Amino acid sequence: MPPNQPKVLNRFDITKRLVALLRNDEAVVGGIGNTNFDLWAAGRRPQNFYMLGSMGLAIPIALGVALAQPKRRVVALEGDGSLLMQLGALATIATLQPKNLIIVVMDNRAYQITGSQPTASAFGTDFVAIARGAGIQQSDWALDEASFEQLTARALAEEGPSFIAARIDDEPAVATTERDPAQLRDRFMRGLGVKE
Amino acid sequence: MAAKEEQSGTAGHSWHAIVQETLKRNQVRLVTYVPDRVLTPLIRALHEDMDFTAFATTREEEALGILTGAWMGGMRGVLLMQTSGFATLANVLASLAVPYQIPLIMIVSERGTLGEFNLGQAMVCRTMRPVLQSLGIEHHTITRIDELEFILDRSIKQAIATQSPACLILSPLLTGGKTFSQ
Repeated sequence: MPPNQPKVLNRFDITKRLVALLRNDEAVVGGIGNTNFDLWAAGRRPQNFYMLGSMGLAIPIALGVALAQPKRRVVALEGDGSLLMQLGALATIATLQPKNLIIVVMDNRAYQITGSQPTASAFGTDFVAIARGAGIQQSDWALDEASFEQLTARALAEEGPSFIAARIDDEPAVATTERDPAQLRDRFMRGLGVKE
Repeated sequence: MAAKEEQSGTAGHSWHAIVQETLKRNQVRLVTYVPDRVLTPLIRALHEDMDFTAFATTREEEALGILTGAWMGGMRGVLLMQTSGFATLANVLASLAVPYQIPLIMIVSERGTLGEFNLGQAMVCRTMRPVLQSLGIEHHTITRIDELEFILDRSIKQAIATQSPACLILSPLLTGGKTFSQ
């Protein structure tokens, strides 16, 4: 169990808090389902990428952006179930130590979108302990809203990689992302200055 | 063995040197791979070449995700794997690389044929081309060293121009493959 029993936060609320802290056209990669939907609802930014399908790949995609653009901060927003599907990615990131990568995991302890089956974190799996064990030293639970903002601000200002986990409630996402992959990709590339 | 050495070439003209040079000429700089015995000389050469950033990933899907992000960030890459690794990719090809129009370059060291000793490898090899076919992914099997540069170079250029994945399958006829004694 995470120490100090982090407060149960709300995904849409902390997604908005995260986006409000972005000042330098940081890239944000939303994983499948609710993390992505709430990112979409938090305001359209050309530096946001919305993944549809390919469960588990938000963190690897964010790592790829971070390697291609080392001067830009890159945030991966991922769910607990998705992270469990690709835990090895944390070890790869620990090996490479990309200074500009921030991982945010929204842990509602359930595969919410498929019927709220419990994930391993419902039985005690601690993602911060896993991230630290993988070798990402800057790994923390957000204890409340203010703590989430402090951790995020620190991760945006200091050298990473950073890993932030947040316990969240079971509120559904507030909107649904437009499902047009080619357009989502094209907008993101323009947002990153790769295409004019 | 003499025939194999002639086919594989000597240093500088070996299949892996040609792959290395052709990737470099096409500004393919990021190399993600899941290790494979046959690909070892190529992987070693890419690690030693400062023009490349090369690292192992824990799964082929992860490697594909990294290359997708890198492409969108303006960096070209290549995924190196063996046949059984390709078999883990159908979902992420269908949900990420193909619909998002990513010019993902895949190089597969072919196992499961021409002297395979592991039944599992032989079975999974049979799934590779039907998956590529059904997803409409351009793919070529390279058997001859004199055709390697042309096929790889043109396939990279076509993938980028058409924003589509491409898969190059390196046959044991080219690489020597993996045999019982190894």
